[in-house]
Amino acid sequence: MLQGHQSWLFEHQPIILSTAAIGGPMEAKGPLADDFDLLHADIRMEQKSWEQAERTLLDEACQKAIEKAGITKDAVSFLIAGDLMNQIISSSFAARTLAMPYLGIFGACSTSMEGLAIASLLVNTRSARYALAATVSHNAAVEKHYRYPTEYGAQKPPTAQWTVTAGAAAIVAPNDGKGEHPVVTRATIGRVVDMGLSDPFNMGAAMAPAALDTLISHFRDFDLPYDYYDLVLTGDLGRVGSRILRDLLVEHRVDIPQDRYQDAGVLIYGDLPEVLAGGSGCGCSASVAYGHIQRRLRDGELRRVLVVATGALLSPISYQQKETIPCIAHAVAMEWPEALHRTGGDAP
Amino acid sequence: MPKAQLKRATPVMQAYQAFASAREPARPMARNLAIAFVAGGLVCVIGQAVSDFFVHVCGFSRKDAGNPTVAVLIALTCLLTGLGVFDKIAQFTGAGTAIPVTGFANAMASAALESKTEGWVLGVGANMFKLAGAVIVWGVVAAFFIGLLHTLVAPGR
Repeated sequence: MLQGHQSWLFEHQPIILSTAAIGGPMEAKGPLADDFDLLHADIRMEQKSWEQAERTLLDEACQKAIEKAGITKDAVSFLIAGDLMNQIISSSFAARTLAMPYLGIFGACSTSMEGLAIASLLVNTRSARYALAATVSHNAAVEKHYRYPTEYGAQKPPTAQWTVTAGAAAIVAPNDGKGEHPVVTRATIGRVVDMGLSDPFNMGAAMAPAALDTLISHFRDFDLPYDYYDLVLTGDLGRVGSRILRDLLVEHRVDIPQDRYQDAGVLIYGDLPEVLAGGSGCGCSASVAYGHIQRRLRDGELRRVLVVATGALLSPISYQQKETIPCIAHAVAMEWPEALHRTGGDAP
Repeated sequence: MPKAQLKRATPVMQAYQAFASAREPARPMARNLAIAFVAGGLVCVIGQAVSDFFVHVCGFSRKDAGNPTVAVLIALTCLLTGLGVFDKIAQFTGAGTAIPVTGFANAMASAALESKTEGWVLGVGANMFKLAGAVIVWGVVAAFFIGLLHTLVAPGR
């Protein structure tokens, strides 16, 4: 149901039946390693090319989510997936293997929440029984596609981010009323925001205003207090972008308590020096939201979470033609149903 | 940011850009310069050692030792690139390893490695000069004009 200007209220509260996150060797070194279902020691994943490795990650994430949901592949009505490659080949090729009705989407690093919002909408309107939302990024495949050959020795500035090698998937299903799974309650679709920044080695600063715009829209559309969520997680702003966003929130009087705000790009690698400003890529917000955050939700540590996945909608060509970077952010709220009842939330 | 773009930026955009850049860590210029200076010098020391080896051990003349010395440095760089170490060294050394012949060799070897999955002809063959091609093209153009200048200023020398 449309709420406010650009948001969806999922009045039937579709459940997140299962989630899966598969990572690579660098993710295994980070503090969130235990929250992945599977971690590859080999960056090539025993494949011939980086592109095949990326596809393998997505395949495995989807298979794992299906397995954990205890359903069969045929039961899934739609696969909604996207990635960072040209013509989103990783998603389309994984969809070929999975042989499911498929919607390919592109939202750069915001694809995770774009997919989850669409999947939830489909289930909420009974247009799908089980909807599978998935996304993937592979460090080497993305570096090769967007920047330089992986072994090229270019010195990166401290604002640069490290593309996460991870595939992640979530299965959304109609609410069975048992209260065993977290539910998806709201989503806000972001506008494209471009503040004129053009440095692809500083995407955190470019994306922060998009995250702010979506956050303001979300709280406005649902008329929620700023301390409603236990945790607001932004996509992949990294250390630089999340610092800017914290200050932007203060400046715009969006009083989300500072200790309830975190960024996936900062969380995923902790203090690893190689990653410079932190993680980025489709797999960043997806694996943190579907791995780490889901675990904390299911452990009862968190009751209400808003994930704001941010994406930089640039291409290697647009960058070379000196275009600025258009950015977007999509927000999806995940909650425990009783948390809603207890406080007399807005859902039935 | 280029001036032309700054002109198009609205006041809100300009305000944000100033807001953001005040919160970004700057490139550690002094540190980078110092490391690049030392690392670049180190590459030259290695080159000198190799050159001396060819002169004193293999009996080359100083002039003839030049080519095999460059070949050794290139081979060494390609090996380090293939082993996946060079990019990690370069993140630390910056221009110290990018400016000498090591940078050029790495640009070619990494591009060749990366495009191997696309085949030998249209992959490796076509993409090998993807980064190094720019250096060759503009190197030749610059050499042409310097040569022209030389001929005009000091003909016959």
